[in-house]
Amino acid sequence: MTDPILPIIKSEGETHYLAGSRCGACGQIFVGERDVCAKCTARGQMAAIRLAETGSLYAYTVVERSFPGVAVPFIDAVVDLDDGAHLKGTLMGVDPNPDTIRFGMKVKIAWREAVPVGADKPYLTYVFVPQEGEAA
Amino acid sequence: MSHVYVVGIDMIRFGRYPDRTVPSLAAEAALMALDDAGLTLKDMQALYCGNLGQASGMVGQRMLAEIGQTAIPVTNVANACATGATAFRGAWMSIKAGVYDTVLAVGVEQMGKGLLGGGGGVSPEGLVGSYTMPAMFAHIGMEHSQKYGTTFAQFAQVSVKNHHHSTLNPKSMYRKETPLEEVMGSEMIAYPNTKLMCSVNVDGSAAAVLMSEKKVKQLGLMDRAVRIRASEMSSNPYEERQAAMPDFSGATRVAAKRVYEQAGLGAEDINLVELHDCFATAELVHYENLGLCADGEAGRLIDDGTTALGGRVPVNVSGGLLSKGHPLGATGIANIYEVATHLRGKAGARQVEGARIGMTHVVGGGPGMGTACAIHILEKV
Ligand SMILES: [Zn+2]
Repeated sequence: MTDPILPIIKSEGETHYLAGSRCGACGQIFVGERDVCAKCTARGQMAAIRLAETGSLYAYTVVERSFPGVAVPFIDAVVDLDDGAHLKGTLMGVDPNPDTIRFGMKVKIAWREAVPVGADKPYLTYVFVPQEGEAA
Repeated sequence: MSHVYVVGIDMIRFGRYPDRTVPSLAAEAALMALDDAGLTLKDMQALYCGNLGQASGMVGQRMLAEIGQTAIPVTNVANACATGATAFRGAWMSIKAGVYDTVLAVGVEQMGKGLLGGGGGVSPEGLVGSYTMPAMFAHIGMEHSQKYGTTFAQFAQVSVKNHHHSTLNPKSMYRKETPLEEVMGSEMIAYPNTKLMCSVNVDGSAAAVLMSEKKVKQLGLMDRAVRIRASEMSSNPYEERQAAMPDFSGATRVAAKRVYEQAGLGAEDINLVELHDCFATAELVHYENLGLCADGEAGRLIDDGTTALGGRVPVNVSGGLLSKGHPLGATGIANIYEVATHLRGKAGARQVEGARIGMTHVVGGGPGMGTACAIHILEKV
């Protein structure tokens, strides 16, 4: 069993998913597990959910210089998931060229194993990839 | 209620001082500010000291060990890029509350080169996007591009402007013109921020002597005084995307609204601004956050020279964090030094003519941490 790179990454058998929370008082969806709502301050209203695995590209940058040992370039993306959550991650399967990356492009979650900087073994991570029909 | 005044303020020239200590850099600025006020440490009733790198290291007390252990209360402050301004505001509040009449505020930082953060342990960097500061602030610029079509060249022009301003400031780390082609052609760090669009990590210190109105009049110091018309702070309000992209706009908008209300002024009354241009992308976004223009008009402001020296509301005439440098804990008070110097009519070649009201803004934070924002409005006496 490969360890997840972040605690929001959960596995059930061979199926992986991202943990989220929904506030029963205001309806806000959060990435990760939590007890109190940061938006409306309601307590004891959070329900655990699995986050949506599709969304659209809200903002991005092409990272050309990172911390020592990290492979560049890569696309650091902010994605609006279709359930209303907002998730940061690496966008793959797209040329890292700002002239061709389109705001709003449809993406989906994919699962990868990769060796992060500072580690000597692979970890389970999520990435964004274009949905079928999106120009890659 | 009576106002609080700055009667002495100064900063060391920002640069790299690897052979110095943090307390010695702080002490140098403190003595300069005392000299500017014509006072001594024995006149100070309290010290607020801002520093990030040695936040648990009692920097204020160690500074006093170098220049005089007068047993005054010391409050050491750490609050991201708002550290220095938070120390200044602490001093302001203590006088406003009537506890003291004369208080010293110091901000200081000694920094390494290169990207902040990183280092140590297994990191999700690259696997789950980026946690670098340039990438965070690139997102803010790209969000503006997505909404309003702001271009790479418009962001780069901010850096051209601020580097030009710094050629007129002897206390700036860099004092070199950087034409647009050079800014756009320098090493890309995180699109659209190139290396010349990232603030400079430098060492620095700045200090201010704050005084009650009663005491200023009693000592006859009004001729050198600058009025603190308003002081405000904020932390980040709830913003939907803040876990994915740290939010610096929401906090700035909240603090700006509060500070204009406290001052009884509007953005149209401001004659110059020192704002938090930690990256070129940030400056344009803050034009709108501070109300210098309507949402979506920041690109026009940089295009038509409104925010250049000689324009309607010059921004970062000191050279800004981009060229003057950004010693985190010192930046907030250095901004106040710049504006106060213009209000005193002593800014030399970069003087904003007729400046009566100026604004300083700092905002900082990081991924998974939240935001601290401080805004001050200063007024010529
Ligand atoms: Zn809620």
